[in-house]
Amino acid sequence: MRHLQEHELVAHFYGDEAGSECATAERHLAECEGCRAELEALRNTLSAVAAAQPEVPERDEAYGTEVWNRIRAHLPETEERSWSAWLQPRRWLPIGAIAALIFIAFIAGRLSQRPQPAPPEIAGETGDQAASDRLLLVAVGRHLERSQTLLVELMNTPADRLVDISLEQQRAEDLISANRLYRQSTVNAGDQQIAEVLEELERVLLDVARQPGKVSGAELAQIQQRIDSRGVLFKVRVIGANIRAEQAPERKRNGNTELRKTT
Amino acid sequence: MGRMEVNDTAAVAAVRAGDREAFRALVERHSRSIFRLAFRMTANESDAEEVVQETFLRAYRQIGKFEQRANFGTWLYRIATNCALDLLERRRHSQNDVPIVDDENERELPLSSSNPSPERLLYSNELRQRMSAAMSQLTAVERAAFVMRHVEGQSIEEISAILNVKEGAAKNTVFRAVQKLRRALEPAVRSVR
Repeated sequence: MRHLQEHELVAHFYGDEAGSECATAERHLAECEGCRAELEALRNTLSAVAAAQPEVPERDEAYGTEVWNRIRAHLPETEERSWSAWLQPRRWLPIGAIAALIFIAFIAGRLSQRPQPAPPEIAGETGDQAASDRLLLVAVGRHLERSQTLLVELMNTPADRLVDISLEQQRAEDLISANRLYRQSTVNAGDQQIAEVLEELERVLLDVARQPGKVSGAELAQIQQRIDSRGVLFKVRVIGANIRAEQAPERKRNGNTELRKTT
Repeated sequence: MGRMEVNDTAAVAAVRAGDREAFRALVERHSRSIFRLAFRMTANESDAEEVVQETFLRAYRQIGKFEQRANFGTWLYRIATNCALDLLERRRHSQNDVPIVDDENERELPLSSSNPSPERLLYSNELRQRMSAAMSQLTAVERAAFVMRHVEGQSIEEISAILNVKEGAAKNTVFRAVQKLRRALEPAVRSVR
């Protein structure tokens, strides 16, 4: 007579066996006192576990509305995989904005290369160039902030198990297309230092985007090591801080102007 | 297809079409069950609240990936389970684990079923502490599978769908959890019977 093994007892307790296995187990239990005692002990232990579970705090009918009120302001953009998503106008807004920036930078660059016949015109054209540079700087600053957030999240993910990084990959893919445009714009604008950091950032983003959706702890550790060894996160932070510092006097000036207007 | 599933399907379609407010119906309908699952898994009220919020934020972000033929509740449970697993993993890294009671050093509770109620209460409290220690020895996935099977009463088929594993693996995970709990608790339980 073969006694029931522990996994068979557990399956029988929960009724998780196939029909024939259940009948076999029942027949054996009817004959075997030892297995009946084992099943009884299992039942007692699991009953005690159920009884010792902490009581779930009560949540009334209004709870769903409370949760909605808490999250509604924080709802992120939805992610869509299908190509039809790219046909939606909101997808094209940031790309359009980047394209407009490149166009402005290009026109400003062309204008600034012309011979300058008279001082008043020089002043005006220099103003156009400065304005386009500022626009580009603001956009690059925001892009670097988003990239920094992604890299920090990846670096802080514990690399000790299988990790699903498909969401991070999706964000990396979005950042790559923007990164290419910004890199080209900064090259055109002659800002070599930012262009170089964007180039390094692009390699890291590509590295993330090309991984499988789920990576093992060892693979994640390798990604983290590559981010770390290239010092990309540090460079992104430094450049981002420089951009914010450059923008600060501008914001202050604008703030003062607004203040003067209202007084 | 049940009435709730029809409502869920319509709401999901509206959200996917860009109607942000349609998500409200889904949040209001499923918040309580998600909170119950989250609390069962985390055993902590504020952690459970965090899991509920994170679950709906993730669900909203990923709703484009939801397959319309699937059951929204099961999909949401999967997200909630993942959120709870992530949180438990983070907690495991940030806190010292409670040591499991060694079988050899197991102290049997000297109580019988005829003991008066204060002692029964003492036993109950001690059992709860032992159980808390035993539960903390389960891996996050074992804990999730056990809670779903034993406490929430979900079937192996549902658990495998939620954990995104084969049924055999789900069954095995429940078994491993039960086995660990038996090793930790059975001597104490036997002594009072």
